[in-house]
Formats: sequence, C-alpha cells, structure tokens
Amino acid sequence: MLKLTLRNLLARKVRLVMSGLAIVLGVAFLSGVLVFSNGLSSTFDSIIYSSTPDGVVRAEQTASFEAGPTQTTQTLSPEVVAELEELPEVARADGDVVGIGMSLLASDGTLVGGTGAPTLAFNHTDGPNMAGEPPMLLSSGRWPAAADEIVLDDAAADNGDYDLGDEVKLLAPFGDSERTATLVGTAEFNGGGTAGATLLVFSTEGAQDLFLDGADAFHQVSLTAADGVTQEQLAEAADTVAPSGFEAVTGDQVAEESQDAVGQFLDVISTFLLVFAIIAVIVGGFIIVNTFTILVAQRSRELALLRALGASRRQVTQSVLLEAVVMSAVAATVGIGLGWLLARGLAALFRAVGLDIASDALTLDAGSVIISYVVGVGVTLVAAFLPARRAGKVAPVAAMRADSAPARDSLRRRTIIGGVLIAVGIVFAVIGITGGPGPDSLWVGIAAGIWILTAAAISSVIGRPVLVLCRGLFGRLFGTTGRLAGENALRDPRRTGATASALMIGLALVSTIGVLATSLNASVDDVVDEEFTSDFLVQSTNFLPFSTSVGDDLEAVDGVATVSRQQWTGAQVDDSTVFVTGNDAAFDDIYELDMVEGRQQLQGNQALVTTGFADDHDLEVGSPLTLTFLAGKSLDLEVAGIFEGSETTGDVSLPLDLLADAGVPRQDTSLSIMLEPGADAVAVGNALDEAAEATPIVAVYDKQEFAESIRDQINQLLYMIYGLLALAIVIAVIGIVNTLGLSVIERTREIGLLRAIGMSRTRLRRMITLESVAIAVLGAVLGMVIGVIIGVLLRQALKDDLTSLGLPLGQLLVFLVIAVVVGVLAAILPAIRASRLNVLEAIATE
Amino acid sequence: MTSETSSPAPAARAIDLRKTYGSGDSAVHALAGVTLDLEAGRFTAIMGPSGSGKSTLMHCMAALDTPSSGAVEVGGTDLGRLKDKDLTALRRERIGFVFQAFNLIPTLTASENILLPLNLAGHKPDQEWLDTVIEAVGLRDRLGHRPTELSGGQQQRVACARALASKPSIVFADEPTGNLDSTSGAEVLSFLRRSVDDFGQTVVMVTHDAVAASYCDRVVFLADGLVVDEIRNPKREQILEHMTRLQDLAAARTTQA
Repeated sequence: MLKLTLRNLLARKVRLVMSGLAIVLGVAFLSGVLVFSNGLSSTFDSIIYSSTPDGVVRAEQTASFEAGPTQTTQTLSPEVVAELEELPEVARADGDVVGIGMSLLASDGTLVGGTGAPTLAFNHTDGPNMAGEPPMLLSSGRWPAAADEIVLDDAAADNGDYDLGDEVKLLAPFGDSERTATLVGTAEFNGGGTAGATLLVFSTEGAQDLFLDGADAFHQVSLTAADGVTQEQLAEAADTVAPSGFEAVTGDQVAEESQDAVGQFLDVISTFLLVFAIIAVIVGGFIIVNTFTILVAQRSRELALLRALGASRRQVTQSVLLEAVVMSAVAATVGIGLGWLLARGLAALFRAVGLDIASDALTLDAGSVIISYVVGVGVTLVAAFLPARRAGKVAPVAAMRADSAPARDSLRRRTIIGGVLIAVGIVFAVIGITGGPGPDSLWVGIAAGIWILTAAAISSVIGRPVLVLCRGLFGRLFGTTGRLAGENALRDPRRTGATASALMIGLALVSTIGVLATSLNASVDDVVDEEFTSDFLVQSTNFLPFSTSVGDDLEAVDGVATVSRQQWTGAQVDDSTVFVTGNDAAFDDIYELDMVEGRQQLQGNQALVTTGFADDHDLEVGSPLTLTFLAGKSLDLEVAGIFEGSETTGDVSLPLDLLADAGVPRQDTSLSIMLEPGADAVAVGNALDEAAEATPIVAVYDKQEFAESIRDQINQLLYMIYGLLALAIVIAVIGIVNTLGLSVIERTREIGLLRAIGMSRTRLRRMITLESVAIAVLGAVLGMVIGVIIGVLLRQALKDDLTSLGLPLGQLLVFLVIAVVVGVLAAILPAIRASRLNVLEAIATE
Repeated sequence: MTSETSSPAPAARAIDLRKTYGSGDSAVHALAGVTLDLEAGRFTAIMGPSGSGKSTLMHCMAALDTPSSGAVEVGGTDLGRLKDKDLTALRRERIGFVFQAFNLIPTLTASENILLPLNLAGHKPDQEWLDTVIEAVGLRDRLGHRPTELSGGQQQRVACARALASKPSIVFADEPTGNLDSTSGAEVLSFLRRSVDDFGQTVVMVTHDAVAASYCDRVVFLADGLVVDEIRNPKREQILEHMTRLQDLAAARTTQA
C-alpha cells in the first residue's frame, strides 16, 4: 500500500504541487513570524545584557524602561560614587547621567528617528557590562571628552547626514531647546545595532550640563563587582551606602525588568503577526480539503478497483491520509525555508519604520521548526481526513460503473445543520448587543466565528443566488461563452463553494476591519468635534513632552490671545501607574469638562478625577488622594470634583504648578491656543506653523488637521492589516487555480468537443476565466456580506468607544473589483492549459 | 465502376494525403497517400479494418488533425493555408460533427446544444431550417431536457441535429451508432439518410458496421493508409464480402511478416 501511495503522489505531481503551495505559504508565514519574533527578542536581549553592569544604584521605583517620558530629578553626588567605589566588594563605580526627551535633528533641520524607537541620551564612562566587556563599541572616531562633544550611533549619523567634525543639531526638552555639539565619533551597542533607537552619547560634563543644569551629580551609579563577588553580594554591600530614596539592585534584576518591559511590547507585535499566520494556515486548510475531495472523486474508480481487489476501507483511507502526510511534510519543509526568507523581509520592513533587528538574530531555532512541521502536517491531516474517509466509502462495485462519482451526503442535511448553527450564532450576537454578561464584543466575536465557519461549510447553498446572478450576467455580456461559464460554476456547487470559502474568510475579515476602521474614523470626528474647543492645538508627534520655550515662541505670535499649557506625566497610586495631567489656569477657559460631581475650578492641593478612576479607587468629592511621582516625591491632594473622562485629560487633573512642586521637571505636553477675536485664523495658523518650524518634534494642528492626523494613524494600521490579510487572499487564489486546474482535467473531453464544434481558443480561455471570476465574486460577496454584518454588530457592541457607524462603501466596491481581478489572474494558468489541449486527444480521452 | 449519373462537385477532397507518426525505422504511416473526392449531396461511408487509417483520414479532412503532407479542401478552401483561428471558424460554420460518444455539453439543454455552434459563431439561426431539422429528429418535446435526461439514441439524434443546424458543407460522423442498440442506431442512420435525400446535405461516416454502411450511397474501403476499393449503392452482403476479403489480406500479410 505504501508503494502505491508514493506512486500516486508522483503521478499527480502538478496537482499536489498546487495544493502543497497553500501549505507552503501558510507554514512560511507561520515560521517566518516565529523566527522574526525570536529575532526580535534576542536582539533586545543581547542589547539589554550587553549594556547592563553587575549592579546599579538608582532611585527607588525606577523600573528601567518604564521611566516613561519623565525625567527624574533625584540625583546622587560624586561623594556617594566615591563611597561606593571604596567598598571592598566594588571594583569600580561609575556615575551615570541619563537624559530623556532629547531629539536629534538632521543637518537639514528635520527630525531623526522619533517614529517609534526612543532617543536615548547618556554620558560615556569606562564601566564594563556584567560580562566585563565595554557596553558600547566605537565604530569610528573617539569618545567625547569635552562638554560640547557628542558620539552618535552609526545609523543616526548616517540618517542625519553628519560626518566626524560636523556640528550636530539637537533639541533639548528643557529651557532653550536648540543645542549643538561636535560629532567626534560613532558607536553601537556591544550587543549589536541599536534596535532602531537613536543614541546620543555625551561626556559626563556635557550630559550634566544638559540634564542637570551643570550640577556635578548623577542619576544612577553603575557598579562593577570585585573579583569573586557575586551580584547579590555586590548589591547588598552597595545598599548599605546608598542614600535614602535610592536602592542597589543586581544587574540581573535590571536586565530582567528591562526584558519584561520590552517583552510586553514585543508580545503585542508577535501576537498580532501570529494571528495573521493562523488565518493563513486555516485558509490553506480549506484548500487542502477541496483538493483532496476532488482528487478522491477523480480517482474513485481506481479506489473502487482497489476495494474490489480486497483492500479494506481502512487501507484506502490510510493510503489517502499517507499521501497527505508526505505532501505536507515536503510542503512544510519548503515553507520553513521560505519562512526564513520572509522573516528577513519582515525585519527589513520593521527596519524601515525604525525598529532595527540584527539580521544574525534571525535564526531557525528548533522550536520554530518543530511548531511549523506540527502545524503544517497537522492541518493537512485534519483537512484530508473527511475526503480520505469518503475515499474509504467508495463501493467496490463503482469500479464497474461508468459514472463513478462517490456517494455524497445530501446537501439538505448540511443545510439544516448550517441553519441551526447560524441561528446559534444569532443568539450569541443578540446576547452581545443587548448587553449580556462579560464583554459584549466577545459574544459577537463568537457569533462571527460560528458564522464564518458555517458559511464556509454551506457556501454551496447560500452562494447559489450569487452564482445564478453571475450566470445571467455573463450570459448577457458574453453570450454562449458566458452562459457556459456560469453553468460550469453551478454544476458542482459544493466544489465552487468550497473554493470560494477560502476567499470568503479573507474578505470577511477584511470587511469587518474595514467597517470598524471607518466607524473609528467617524467616531474620531465626533470626539474631535466635541472636545477640540481651542483654535489650535500643539503636540509632539508621539505625545512626548517638549520644552516650554516652544510655548513661549508661540505666545509671541501676532493674533494669539492665550496659550494654555498642559503637562502629562505618570504617577503611582496604590501600586498602579496612572496618567496625571497638570493644567494651567487658562485651561478652564477653553475646556469645559463633563462634571459629575464637584467643580472644575481648583484651588491649592485639589485634584479632579475621572469617574472610572474614582470607581477603581473608591473616591468621592472630599476624599484624600496621594500621588507618588518618579522623582520619589509625593503629593497629598483632595478630590474636588469627578468628571466623565475624555481625551483632553488623564485620569487625574491638577494645577500645573503642583507638578513642579512634586519634582517633575517643567515641560509641556500639549498647548491649546486661542486667537484674539477677529484674528485671521489662516494667517495666524501660518505664522504659528512658521514659529514651530524650528522644533520639528511638535506640530500645530487646527481642528481638521488634528482629526486628519489621527485618521492617518488609524489608516496606517488599517493598511498594515490589509497587507497581512493579503497573504490569505493569495492562498485563496491558489485554491481557485487548483480547483480550476482540476476541473479542466476532469472536463478534458468536454473541452475537446467544444473545440471540435467550433469554440476558439480565445473563447475557451474566456469561458474558464469567467468561471474563475464567478468563484471569486461568490467568495467576495459572501465574505463582504458576513464581514459587514459582523462589523456592524461589533460596532454596536463597542458603541461606547465607536460612537458612529461608518460603512466603507468605496472600499467594498474596490474589494469587489479586486475579486474580479483575482478571478482573472487565477484563471490564467488553467485557461492556458485548457486552450493548449489537443482537440483529438481530448476527444479520445476516456 | 459505372457512373451513369454525373458526379456532383466534391464537398471535400483529399489530395495525396499522408500522415506519419514517428520517424525513421519506427515510422508508422497512418495515411500513405490518399486521394479522395467526397461528393456533395451524398452519404459516404469510410470502412476498413482497425489501423487502416479511416479515423485519421476523417480527422484530417474535418480539420481536427493536420496531415504530414498533401492537401485537404473543404468547400473549395485549402485547409493547409489556415491558422488555428480560421480552422476553428471553419469547423464551426462549414463542418458538422457527430462523435461516437460524449457529443453533448452536460450543462446545456438539448436545444442549447443544438444551437451551440451557431451561438458560438454569433449567427442568427434559420428558424425554419431548425424546425425542419428538429421535426426530422423527432425530439421537439425533449428540447428542454439536459443530456443526462435523454437516452443514448436521443442524445445521438440531438448531436445529429446540432451537426446540421448550421447548414454545413459537410457532416462528419465517427461511428455514430457504435454505442447504440440496433433500434436506436437505425433511427440515427435513417435520419442521416433523410438529411441527404430530403435536405441535400453531405454526410461522411466512418464505421465498421456493414449494416450502417448499407444506408450509404458509396462505401470507400481503406487498408494500410490507402484507398483500396469502393462500392456505389452497396448492399449489406456486398460490403461484408469486401470487408472479409480485406481482413483476409491483412491477416495474410501479418503471417508473411
């Protein structure tokens, strides 16, 4: 039986290559994502470990990466550093100065980096990392020695178009924002690359000038253990010397904290990509089901002969399954190879948006390989199981019959089960939108899953009207050729439906996302309409704080009446981090918060909290509230009002000057500008743009521009999702190619007859193309209908956030056009194959 | 051979037609130089033992196959000069086909199948002619049925109607009764006979059935790729006699070799 199976495989090379291709692509995506994710985390791991010393003395509650956009003001004096160095456990102690919010400008004044990865500024010391190696390596030049010298990472120097000796332009987050320094060298992390971060390395003196107002002090101290001293012993000894408010921790702990923080972010990326890989694999599975079903049907006479010759049902079933195993193993192997290349492609893509992944980190590890094989072979086996069982059911007598289609379970049974499942889905959806227990969107999500899978199973029934419509339309447009194509699509609705299902899944997801994104855009307009009450708003592109000098410059512009300043920062309340907004006095003139209790105007140590925050922390008007800031200082406040949360403030709002008291360095996060009555908004807007030009990290928005900038971000994400779903659609196209190819083989005689009685090659190709278009349109229409329904229901479930419903009618039309194009493309190969059939041989084919 | 009636102009003609498969020593000459006129308005049978080249001859004359050398003319057109596109159009408009089996497109009804070549050509059917043909095959009440709902004989009669629908110069029939029982076969043959007698059509039929051939005006015998004999207005016994002689000859040659 094994020998026979292998012979069968070889005899059907082309067909198996085509269905194998679906698995190849699915597995390629999966293994590519796995390799890429591993590469991503190992890139960060190696940077984290190579840049962390044996021990660190730092301000308490500094979670290395979570420092966020706030600069700590707590410092250590050089005496503490000297004291630490004198400890017998300490080989050396180096004071570190860490600057946050610094930006690098290119020589032409544009911003370098800033698209995602942070810009890190720090002083250079000779302190080694925990492996005893220097944490950074020079690529060219030397380390900075004087206060006005700087070293950049290689990529930053390159992007900024700076050579050694050039004046580098910088934007400081405090005070006079424009700075310059002389480039004296370029460097990289010892661990390789920078993962896209922009590095600004100063001399200790230079960093102190910039970030500590020239005071001789440090933010933290890196410790190197003496010979034979463990990290724990080092930290324990250092802790005895650390001043109050500071703690000594091991390098391992620092590295672990960094990994946790980075890991959360990386997990989001990996999960996101993995979801699409899984979709691709599922779509591939549908194609396998279809291909094997057709192959079994075409071979039913041969299988019946085997049964007649004494093969048991099990043997026949197993031989088909064995074919699936061999095919999928080969396909998975190719897929894993392709996935490795895909990982490099993804890395290049992420590099382009500023997340640099060392290419030597992209290695095929055993885990990824095993998962890819298990998934590839597993999905194929599951998908081939039903057709294989059907193969086993072929009656031996079928070998003697001319018409040898295997017995089929009736469509009616399938339709009834499908109807019941759709009804179950409706129940879930109703529970979801009428507010059942738990998250509403989860209920709708379950309904969506049921519907998509059910629709895939009964697409032959529910898709019939679409196919009949296609037949009529084709007949009208293309005459007999069109009618024949329409008939062909209808002659085996099960096959047409199964082929269309793969495309349906892809388009259902695309349409759902489309509805949600359009609704989100519409809702953004609602929110902006309601909450954007100033004439202009100034924010940095990634919501980082910027120097107050920007506001000073804008205040000076003619026609500006008020510039209201707002600073956002993080603070700890009961061990959780919350967003705190400091508002100046003018804020209350521009924004009217939706007060539930108390009043918006504050006096002294008073604060406003959102209803959500008040619920979480059991607060009411008059309750005391203590916020602990990164600098280690606390603020004792009284809740003066509770308001319905909005986009204009964080969880807690307080007077701006209180933040300075709490040791938060004075910066602005958002400026709201009101114009003088009668001022020309366009002219003032231009003047404001001009005034802000020197600070490319901020932008001046009017209402339209602001809504547009948010929409741009939404659309960027949308297009990324569409891009990832495109792979599922490519796989679906392969499914159509496959089915058509097999149909052409099946209909060889019919094609021969058509050619003999006068159908030209061109028309034959058109006939097959139209059949393909019918399949594609069926998939697209079903997918879009289901997708829009799911999208609308999900919007309903999320109506608190998605206040408006938007239907992407233009996009849906584009999808339909794409489906037609997809159909045409999928038909190219089968059509050429059919038109090349020799008429005589085709007629003679048994 | 007597020819008291004057021969009409040929509907199709083969001139020194040769068809060779393979090359060198292993070359097989399916047609070794056939020259043959198929007269218009006549019912001609082509007979011969298996491997005599009768099917190849028909395929070449019907523009389904290209000869190695020699020329074929259909209705005065030299097929050798035509490209695939023109050949297709010629088959569609000037030639009718009836095959042994699988003559109809399963997704189309009987009437759609009959009209298929006309529709493909984009010509308006001559309704009067169509009615005549459909009446003659006697399938008016089955026109809306699909092939699977028709018997084998009915299917072949639909195929015959299709072959005649476009008023072709010549109809080629390849063993049209090969898959039918004798009653159904007789119906099909009578219809072909009528189409020649009543409608003036030209029909050429490849067959090895003496009964079928006895419906014809003329029987052409092929052996080893050559025309070896022919009879006009044949009787069944005459045909059988000729066939037996040819088969004996063939057998003798095989024994010698």
